[in-house]
Amino acid sequence: MPLLEFTKKGIYCKQADVYLDPWRGVDKAIISHGHSDHARWGSKRYITHEINVPIITHRLGKILVTGKKYGETFQINGVKFSFHPAGHVPGSSQIRVEYKGEVWVFTGDYKTQVDGISTPFELIRCNTFITECTFGLPVFKWEKPLRVHDDINRWWANNKSNKVTSLLMGYSLGKVQRLLKHIDCKTGKIFTHGATEKMTNILRQFIDFPKTELITRDTKKAEIGGNLVLAPPAVMGSTWAKKLGEISTGYASGWMAFRGARRRRAVDRSFVLSDHADWEGLLSVIKATGCEDIITTHGYTDIFARYLKENGWNARTEKTKYEVETIDSEVI
Amino acid sequence: MRRFAALIEELDSTNKTNEKVTILTNYFKSTPQKDSLWAIALLSHRRPPRPLNSTLMKIWASELAQVPDWLFEESYHIVGDLAETISLSVPQEIHLTPPSLSECIKEILNLKYKDEKEKKSYVFKRWKSFNNYEKFVFNKILTGGFRIGISQKLMTRALSKAVKIEENILAHRLMGQWSPMTTTFEELIINPNPEDQISQPYPFFLAYPIDQDFQDKELVQNWCFEHKWDGMRSQLIIRKGKYFLWSRGEELITDKFPELSSLVSLIPDGTVLDGELLPYKENKIGYFNDLQKRIGRKTVSKKLQDEIPIVIMLYDILEWEGNDIRNYNLIRRKEILESLYKKIIVYNAPILLSQVMFFENWNKVKEERKKADEKSSEGLMIKKKDSIYSLGRKKGFWFKWKSDPKTIDAVLTYAMRGHGRRTNLYTDYTFALWNDEKLVTFAKAYSGLTDMEIRKVDKFIKQNTIDRFGPVRQVKPELVFEIAFEGIASSSRHKSGFAVRFPRILRWRHDKKIADANTINDLKQFLR
Repeated sequence: MPLLEFTKKGIYCKQADVYLDPWRGVDKAIISHGHSDHARWGSKRYITHEINVPIITHRLGKILVTGKKYGETFQINGVKFSFHPAGHVPGSSQIRVEYKGEVWVFTGDYKTQVDGISTPFELIRCNTFITECTFGLPVFKWEKPLRVHDDINRWWANNKSNKVTSLLMGYSLGKVQRLLKHIDCKTGKIFTHGATEKMTNILRQFIDFPKTELITRDTKKAEIGGNLVLAPPAVMGSTWAKKLGEISTGYASGWMAFRGARRRRAVDRSFVLSDHADWEGLLSVIKATGCEDIITTHGYTDIFARYLKENGWNARTEKTKYEVETIDSEVI
Repeated sequence: MRRFAALIEELDSTNKTNEKVTILTNYFKSTPQKDSLWAIALLSHRRPPRPLNSTLMKIWASELAQVPDWLFEESYHIVGDLAETISLSVPQEIHLTPPSLSECIKEILNLKYKDEKEKKSYVFKRWKSFNNYEKFVFNKILTGGFRIGISQKLMTRALSKAVKIEENILAHRLMGQWSPMTTTFEELIINPNPEDQISQPYPFFLAYPIDQDFQDKELVQNWCFEHKWDGMRSQLIIRKGKYFLWSRGEELITDKFPELSSLVSLIPDGTVLDGELLPYKENKIGYFNDLQKRIGRKTVSKKLQDEIPIVIMLYDILEWEGNDIRNYNLIRRKEILESLYKKIIVYNAPILLSQVMFFENWNKVKEERKKADEKSSEGLMIKKKDSIYSLGRKKGFWFKWKSDPKTIDAVLTYAMRGHGRRTNLYTDYTFALWNDEKLVTFAKAYSGLTDMEIRKVDKFIKQNTIDRFGPVRQVKPELVFEIAFEGIASSSRHKSGFAVRFPRILRWRHDKKIADANTINDLKQFLR
């Protein structure tokens, strides 16, 4: 009997009778992070890292949820569980599961780059490593993030000198705050869309961010002019965006590494900035975990598993309902 | 190369046309003429001969990137562009001052004389030393097609601003076959010698599809009508005792149609005619497909000429007695053309005159349009009586009103990922029709669905793959689409026995099950 099984409802630990990031309602769910494909509605009890508690309650409403600290262990019927930083977004955790000396790690989503807002990725040694591979192709190689942030700041400053407003888009939990954290506030004021503002305010209790101002009906166009507006990608082309006046649009995502994706998005500027590990990131983590077995869950799973097998690992793919963040659909 | 790569990167980083023009204008102003000329050539799809095949490039790139061949191939299908896949996979390792664009192309041209080992070491050196965009541009030049989403019109407008020569004059000077290897910026653009210009074609004037309310807005009396001939748009030039035939894609196709040589002695020098090449046998217009057989051949044998004789159906005259008469109004040009036609047709020359028609009301126009099949046309052309022969796609003078397409319901059976902006999405579909309870492939189509539909079909394909053949996925037969096409001809090369022209998806038939799809027999009914 494997310690974790892939069932219709999610990743299941029979010994403890709990599910990890289940996609259907269950009695007890252990949650890796707050994105909507991992933290789903309908379970009776949730256990997650403490930062995720206000995020999940904001999204799922009234639920029964317990928060834990990183590294704090808790036992359920002899199985030891603990959360460890995954570096993906604030609160994101790898879930370590130990029973009778055997260790499994479920990564949820992760990245090895340090982003300035999430607790940096912690390497956990294990026997079986259940890994995402959203960007599991050798064509994905991330640049140093600070260079990307410099580009963004230059783009804004340049727009500002041309009296054009900069509309910078990224998903609401994680990406937008990462962008905000590195914005050069000397350039001007930072405005936000409602969805961005709400999530940012939730995270302000854990992380310091520059001041932002929510755009409301009373906000005057002239006030916004030349400044920076942070918003989710869905506003692209909307009437909300049209009301901002003359804008230059910018979009930050790992998919912007592809020229075809950039053209499809049809934004003025794209910034390659991802909250997932790139090819080298994935491989270096896998090597360092010392694991014997690897299960790939979402992303280019078949290709990545085949590569691992050819290189001597015991790797396989399991189907899950984690929606891979793709060029066109966004996690929220 | 640094400057040119930076140009492409800059053009990529804005979505606004005016900004693109400014970026290009600045490039032309600040770049040495030698490099500018190559940039113009590349942006108007004139490329140096290809020194390497893509298989070699893939093998070398996998080697340098240290990934297995299959993984490189998978990556390529996902990225959807070989040049880009290589530039993303191969890291920049050494720093060399990059050569200029014209130096780099000279190096590429010289590869032709090198053996494979030398070629490889050259390509490795460049791959290792170029940055991302330089590598992308370098690979684009190596792989041939330099299509990067900058239209020739946009480029001409920018060049016009940089050199302060009118856009339409420049467009004319940039027409035809020229190469930076045999001309200079000065000779081609600034100060062309008229002696070198005898083969130079004029830019083709193009028609727009009519808007739905066209008939409500326009007086029928202001327009003249012709049938829209289904052949190859061509420009015939007779100057200084020689003749030149150009295709719409600015290719010189004189050699493919030697029977037109008889026209040199009949048509006076200093004449340029616009028309449609058509297969024509026993006083009947043939199929477009037959014409393609003639274009496909390297040499045109006497046998092929007898099998598929051609004519040129004339509809406009752009130069007469050595003068550019594109500014004459259409009626006047038509008169000149007709009198010329009458003089030469008595010699049994391979020409026809596209008949001009006038109607008193739009209902009569509609009736004429219904005769398209009978006339072997694809519908009607609508041209403004007092219009000049303008440049490219200028709206308001020439319109096309095509016949309604033929349609058939077919089943999606195979799919491939798309290229360019359709990277990583299954957008290239194969469709099948029933034949004795089996589904037989009959057409491929890439266009017609909305972005939202494409995403849904993409998801369906990923979840309903039965089998994979390299990049091709066989899909569970379940989705039915209405496919539109222009014409159909028998073909021994297609599984179904028929080749359809310009197939595209008209709509997704959610209301139909695969059993409701059409049969090969239904398709056969469309043969004229």
